[in-house]
Amino acid sequence: MSERKIDDETGVETTGHSWDGIEELNNPLPRWWLWTLYACIVWAMCYTIAYPAWPMISGATQGMLGFSTRGQVAADIVDHEAKNEALVAELVAADLTTLPPSSDLHRYAVARGGSVFRAQCSQCHGSGAAGAVGYPNLLDNDWLWGGDIENISATITHGVRNDTDLDARYSEMPAYGDIFAEEEIEAVVEFVASLSSTEFDTDLAQVGSELFLDNCAACHGDEGLGDQMLGAPNLADAIWLYGGDRDTLAETVTNARFGVMPAWGQRLSDVDVRAVSVYVHALGGGE
Amino acid sequence: MSDRPLYAPQEPIFPRRVSGKFRNLKWVIMAVTLGIYYLTPWIRWDRGPNLPDQAVLVDMASRRFYFFWIEIWPHEFYFVAGLLIMAGLGLFLFTSALGRVWCGYTCPQTVWTDLFILVERWIEGDRNARVRLYRGKWDVRKWRLRLTKWFTWLLIAIATGGAWVFYFTDAPTLLVNLLNFTAHPAAYMTIAALTATTFVFGGFMREQVCIYMCPWPRIQAAMMDPDTITVAYREWRGEERGKKHENKSGDCIDCMACVNVCPMGIDIRDGQQMECITCALCIDACDDVMDKIGKPRGLIDYIALSDEPAERAGEPPAPLLKKILRPRTIIYTAIWSAIGLALLYALFVRSDIELTVSPVRNPTYVLQPDGAVRNIYDVRLRNKAGDDRVFHISLTSDEILRIELEGRGGQRNLVVPADTTILQRVYVTARPQDPASSTDTTALRLWVEDVDADIRASQSTTFNGRVQ
Repeated sequence: MSERKIDDETGVETTGHSWDGIEELNNPLPRWWLWTLYACIVWAMCYTIAYPAWPMISGATQGMLGFSTRGQVAADIVDHEAKNEALVAELVAADLTTLPPSSDLHRYAVARGGSVFRAQCSQCHGSGAAGAVGYPNLLDNDWLWGGDIENISATITHGVRNDTDLDARYSEMPAYGDIFAEEEIEAVVEFVASLSSTEFDTDLAQVGSELFLDNCAACHGDEGLGDQMLGAPNLADAIWLYGGDRDTLAETVTNARFGVMPAWGQRLSDVDVRAVSVYVHALGGGE
Repeated sequence: MSDRPLYAPQEPIFPRRVSGKFRNLKWVIMAVTLGIYYLTPWIRWDRGPNLPDQAVLVDMASRRFYFFWIEIWPHEFYFVAGLLIMAGLGLFLFTSALGRVWCGYTCPQTVWTDLFILVERWIEGDRNARVRLYRGKWDVRKWRLRLTKWFTWLLIAIATGGAWVFYFTDAPTLLVNLLNFTAHPAAYMTIAALTATTFVFGGFMREQVCIYMCPWPRIQAAMMDPDTITVAYREWRGEERGKKHENKSGDCIDCMACVNVCPMGIDIRDGQQMECITCALCIDACDDVMDKIGKPRGLIDYIALSDEPAERAGEPPAPLLKKILRPRTIIYTAIWSAIGLALLYALFVRSDIELTVSPVRNPTYVLQPDGAVRNIYDVRLRNKAGDDRVFHISLTSDEILRIELEGRGGQRNLVVPADTTILQRVYVTARPQDPASSTDTTALRLWVEDVDADIRASQSTTFNGRVQ
């Protein structure tokens, strides 16, 4: 320890630190300041005993008060569920087809359905519900199985082409690769393209037209307008689930498609299914 | 390391009563600032039905700030940010021109400490009586005086904390609720916290708050330069100080008047000090003494340090205006005014109805079965008026792009309740033959019109076409 130095001007001892010739005086701290510091130290120690604080190898110390933010969130959830009980009961009992869009119940259903959608449905249909190749876009008003709320609800409850639910939506197009020759597939594709496109080979489409009427019209209709009862897509509009170019169409006709959706009625509560139905119906394409 | 104590007990300060022009100025400022603080929440302002009639109100619950005819919504918080920046710059400006005038005259700590010292002086007497009482035994008289003083301080502290909460809710209602103990616990907690801080800071910590707790004295040096006008002792005139009979030549008779009146407990004759709040009470005290001994006033005075050489040489100081008008203060004033004008401009151009349009980007467009392209917009409509309004939504290029409000069928009129924001999804569709359906982006303007009043607002956005 260096020997004590006294500042000439003030007669106060210095700390011995000097910056550009300016020396630091070793003035004592005010008493209240020191007390405040000690009080803070005591407070901090009590705090780490009372609340979870010290990190251990797995997890942290629990704290004497048994407080945890996780527990607080759980309590909040219970609290909110209790508050929403009446709305939940109302939603389970409500006739969704006549639910007025400006009602509180509708707002609650959309908010609840939105959160269910983001948690369960967005993985395939996208967080904005715009779908992807093979996963229907839920924002437009083109529906494979119908877009009124009862059909939407049925699709969500039972799913599509899954074996877990006997009421699942089930459509199965044959793989025409086993039935048609390659030229025949090309002709059918050309006809299908002609339904929605202005540019096509008239002769080839003429050939395809006959094949279509014999093989495809049973489900898709004579004009390719599809059938929502059977889940047969409308081929005459601008929307293609798997793509509308010639190669993709040929692939679809040759091998067929088999998109699957789980039966959400087995996984979600009744109120959640109803809520997500209202949400999907309100996305912009509901009928 | 040393035998010095680790802590220092507070040195008690007993400021003596003083009178003079600065003291009078401080009384006036105290009356005005305390008056503003206590009375503002009680001013009424008729805004019509459904809206509070308190002139100045920070309505946390409904997120509104009312200031007379001005109403600030959360998205207009830049007004508050701008005012805070102006307050900061104003502090810089005044400090660079006139030193710590804020500290000396208008700082709440100074105002309330002044008030507390006034009470102390009424109850315990002036400086000498207070020193005697401080040193005296804790007899009945001392207890009586101390308890009276503390009780009075506490009343002032409660009134201070109590006045604060009135800014946040309807004052008359809150007062009734406070008195019959039905007010919100937050109100009582706020009052308790502010009462405690006022009582402790104004009564017991006084100058310690300024020296140890307030950051301002530590950064003020950066705002000041030798041209700054500040309280200083004309050492060249006062020294060599001493009593007349001691044949000292300076004007300072070492009467200690300047030290005795100082609420910070310093001796201004030692030069510029961090502790000095430039409250000018020492000027009043010294001028009084100078009058008595027949010397000119101004031994301690508001002067600029840059004038020292001239004054030493017996020349007059530079004109006041020249010291105040210097690049530093001019730049501060310019920035301060620019922000002020910008805020004023923003205040006058804003409309009673407002809308924000945020295009939904997930997805950017939706293809319809007939080949039409639809874009979705989240439109927020704010009705700042005190009554319900009917708004009509339209597009500039109405015939090309069709507009539809979600959940409202073909309705394009919307009722927005008084003082409310509503969120409405709006669908805009371009038919396959419209160029917008196949153009990457098309500029678009969304209009909102108050159907009963001639108010319109619009917002430009873009329409995303189908990417080829």
